[in-house]
This record gives sequence, C-alpha cells and structure tokens, in this order.
Amino acid sequence: MTHGDGQMLEERIAEWRSYVRRREAIDPADVDELEDHLRSQVAALEEAGLAEDEAFLIAVKRIGALDTLSDEFAREYSERLWKRLVVAPATAEGSGEGRREALVALGLAVAAAVAIKIPALFGVTFDTSTAHAAGAANESFYIRNFSLLVLPFLAGFFAWKRKLAPSGRYWLAAPFVAAALVMNLIPFTMGGYTESLAAIHLPIALWLAAGFGYAAGAWHDHDRRMNYVRFSGEWFIYYALIALGGGVFIGFTVLLFSAIGLKVELLVNNWILPCGIAGAVIIGAWLVEAKQSVIENMAPVLTLLFTPLFTLLLLAFLVTMVVTGSAIAVDRKVLIGFDLLLVLVVGLILYAISARDNRAEPRFFDTLQLILVVCALLVDAVALWAIAARISEFGFSPNKVAALGENIVLLVNLAGSAVLYARFVAGKAPFAALERWQTAYLPVYAVWASVVVVIFPFVFRFQ
Amino acid sequence: MNIGKDLVAASATPLVLAILSEGESYGYAIIKRVDELSGGELKWTDGMLYPVLHRLERNGYVKATWGKSETGRRRKYYRITDRGSEELTRQRRQWQVVDATLRGTPFHSFMMVPLGV
Repeated sequence: MTHGDGQMLEERIAEWRSYVRRREAIDPADVDELEDHLRSQVAALEEAGLAEDEAFLIAVKRIGALDTLSDEFAREYSERLWKRLVVAPATAEGSGEGRREALVALGLAVAAAVAIKIPALFGVTFDTSTAHAAGAANESFYIRNFSLLVLPFLAGFFAWKRKLAPSGRYWLAAPFVAAALVMNLIPFTMGGYTESLAAIHLPIALWLAAGFGYAAGAWHDHDRRMNYVRFSGEWFIYYALIALGGGVFIGFTVLLFSAIGLKVELLVNNWILPCGIAGAVIIGAWLVEAKQSVIENMAPVLTLLFTPLFTLLLLAFLVTMVVTGSAIAVDRKVLIGFDLLLVLVVGLILYAISARDNRAEPRFFDTLQLILVVCALLVDAVALWAIAARISEFGFSPNKVAALGENIVLLVNLAGSAVLYARFVAGKAPFAALERWQTAYLPVYAVWASVVVVIFPFVFRFQ
Repeated sequence: MNIGKDLVAASATPLVLAILSEGESYGYAIIKRVDELSGGELKWTDGMLYPVLHRLERNGYVKATWGKSETGRRRKYYRITDRGSEELTRQRRQWQVVDATLRGTPFHSFMMVPLGV
C-alpha cells in the first residue's frame, strides 16, 4: 500500500472507466459518480487492511456485473438508447470541448451568413428584381462568388477543429485566394456560359480543397480521403434535412405575415434564404463532426436501399432499348442527364465502399454493384455513341465540352471500378485495391473542375 | 439471511429516502448506512443504487448537486425534497401495514392467501 502503487490503481480505474463508458445507457456523469463510489470503496477496504489490487477487485465486484448495471440504467434512461447528439445535458468531462466546438461552429455559421450580405454594404444586393442594369451585375457577382463567400468558413472550421499548423493553413487558404482572384479578374461575359460553368464547378474544386483541412493536411493519406468522402455524404444528408426544415420555416414566415397583410418576400429572398443557405453549410458540417461515431452513417444505408433499385432500372432500360430498338433521342439535355446518372452510380459505389469492411469476402451485394457498374457503363456507352455520331451538328460549345469532359472523367472511374470489382469478385484482387482506386481518383475531380473554372473561359473567349 | 431480490428492490426507495431524511448524503455513504442500519443483513449490489437514486431524482423526491469530496474529487450529493418526505411518509405507512399484517397472521392462515386474494 505504498504510494508507488497509486499509479497502478489510477491505470486500473482509467481502464475500468473506458470499459464502463462503452455502455450507451451509462453517460459520462454517471461514470464519474460510479468512479467516486469505486474510489471510496477501495479506500475503505484498504483502510481495513487489504492490498490495493485486492481492494480494487472487490470494489469492482461489489459495484456489480456491468451488463446488469447497464440494463438497470437502460431501464431508467430508455431515451439514452436513442443517442443524443447535440442537446445532451452538460456532462462532466468533454462538455467544455463540445460547447466550445458548438460556439465556434455557430460563430462561423453566422460569419458565413454575414459574409453573404457584406457585398450589400457596397451596393451589391441580392435583390435581382430591380430592373436596372446593376441588377444583372449584382446577380453575376453572386453567381461567381457565392461559394467563395461560404466555403472558406468551412475550411476555417476544419482548420480549427484539426488544429492545423500555420504552414498547413497557408496551403489551405491558397486555393481560396487563387479562386477569388480567378473568379473576379477573368473578364467573364455577364450571364455567359463560361461564367455559369465556372460557378457550378468552383464549389466542387473548393469542397475538395477544404478536404485538405479536414485531413489535417495529410491529403495524400487514403484513409483520411475516405473519411472526407464519408463526411461529405453525411453532410449532404444533413444539409438536405436542414433545407427541409428551412423550407418549413420560410413557409410559416410568409404565412404568418401575410395573415396581417404584410408581404415579406423581400425579407425572405434577401436575408433568410441567402443567410440560411450559407449558415447551414457550417452547421451541417458541425453536426456531422459531432455525431461521428454516434449514429450509423446514413449515406451507406441509402446506398444499400437504392443500389438494387438502380441496378434493376438500368437493366430494364437496356433490355427495353434492345428489344424495341429505339435509339436515344439526342437533345441538349441528354448528355447532362447521363452525366448525372454516372455521378449517381459513382456515388453509390463510393458509399458502398465507404461502409464496407474491406477484409470481408465477396458477397452478393458486391456482385450487384458490379452489375450496376457494368450496366451504367453500357448505358453511357450507348449515349456517348449517339452523341458522338452527331457531335459535329452540335459544334463545340462550352457546355457540351464540359458535359463531355465530365462524362469521360466519370467513365474512366467506372471502368476502373468495374475491372477492380470483377477481379475482387473473382477473388483475384483485394477489396482495398478498389477503395484505393476511388480515393486516388478524388483529385481528378478537383483538377477537372479547376480546368473548367480557369481554362474554359480563355478557350471559349469568355462567352 | 439472504433477502430476496424483489424485496430488496421494493425496499430500496423507502430506505434511500429514510437515510436521506437524516441529511444530505452520497452513494457510497448511503450504502454504508444501509449496511450499518441492517446490521449487515441487507446486501445491495452497489451499482444498483445509482439507477434508483436517479429515478428518485427524476420523480422529484431528491435533488442532486455536484460537490467535492474530502479529497477534492467530484462527488454527487443527494438531498431529500418536500415531495420526497411526503413519499417517505406514505411508503412508511404502507410498510407498516404489510408489517402489521404479517405480525397478526398465524402461520396456518398463509395457506389461505391464494384463496383470499
């Protein structure tokens, strides 16, 4: 019972704590309380003449079997099995950290919302209904800069959360600064094709650039890349949910004020909508970070639900096309439609991979995924062939080149996936190869998006 | 003597309330006090006390506050509330009824119980 042994007791108590904390029904404050009990018991037993380790063993035994205890707690707190995320009461430890993170996230969300409105101080309003020439210029400004006013705050959140070193912060900031320069110095034709293409592709490039912060600078690490993919999927789902709530909120805002004869559409369009869209980006990111490892990821669950459906759809489509002999009617929207289809299939694969234990043997679901990929490739090949046959009639407009480029980027990804999937199902390659192919491919999206943002305006003369 | 699980569970509430009516206390001390008062006859699995305490807190019979132990560690103290005192009185009366009934019952009438109920 010397003081040197105290260390061992501390270690054992820490071990016991981590063991108890794994029980969902027992929350950290309860563990603190039980620990106090354990320590009191150990002290009393030691006073009675027992050695420290004996005292510890007896004290733990007296507290009772963890399973029964956890059951008792679960009966008392059935709601705890519904994992609480943000609204958890202040708990003993970690609460300071959690609260700080919530405050930082909230602060950044407000900052993003304010940033969206700062141009208004200089007369660039969100209101495009004003029928003067400035209206178009304002619209053009926001089209080009919207993601630049929001995503830096997301990157900032990551930098704070991951405690990024100063050198890492410079690297993280660089693409945003470069993008700000590019978007505002290139003489886009107002409302032109290259401008809207740049506006669509910039968020993709910046989102991936923000991933540098998420990965704490280790962007070449495949595991961290996969984690960023997981984060993005969950973020998307949270964002959709927040948007749904926001829609209801706006609906009630309009409804209530119209009941007293006030039109608040201007308030909604100028303030609530843009600020909400911006702030929700950060709030969504914070929620995903906070709930990480707390709740099952939703994106893989949706993937599991929809993979069979989409496989069936594509199979049915191919069979129908062959049987009826109808060709794809190529019009302007078709190429974009097939791009979106490929994006969806890549997404289904990516999120199936993200949730899979890569040591597991091939299963039926893997074969299903392979069928899905092959179908998507066939469908896209048919569409591409139809388009290629008539590309000369279309001419090379920026939109078409962008859509074609996207199609090729995704096609290459899917072709690689198909090969690796087939090899995996045949037992010739590990699943990790497929995972690596997907994570290694991520920068390609960023590069292509950057090409559309930076190179296209010059190639197509800013039209 | 080994007191059955159900009886231990049923007596937990009045016992904890009775001990807390002596003054503010905390988990370990409550268990020790039960041990003392029952002369070591009433054995609880220590951990089980806490869900009971938390249920009492939820029902408003006791109020919990975080304080410090004599060694400066965080410790949760429980204090009985007015509602808790009323509940204790009620439960005491119920136990007295059970106790009085038991005392007044000659051994053979136990056979009647299934019929009488």
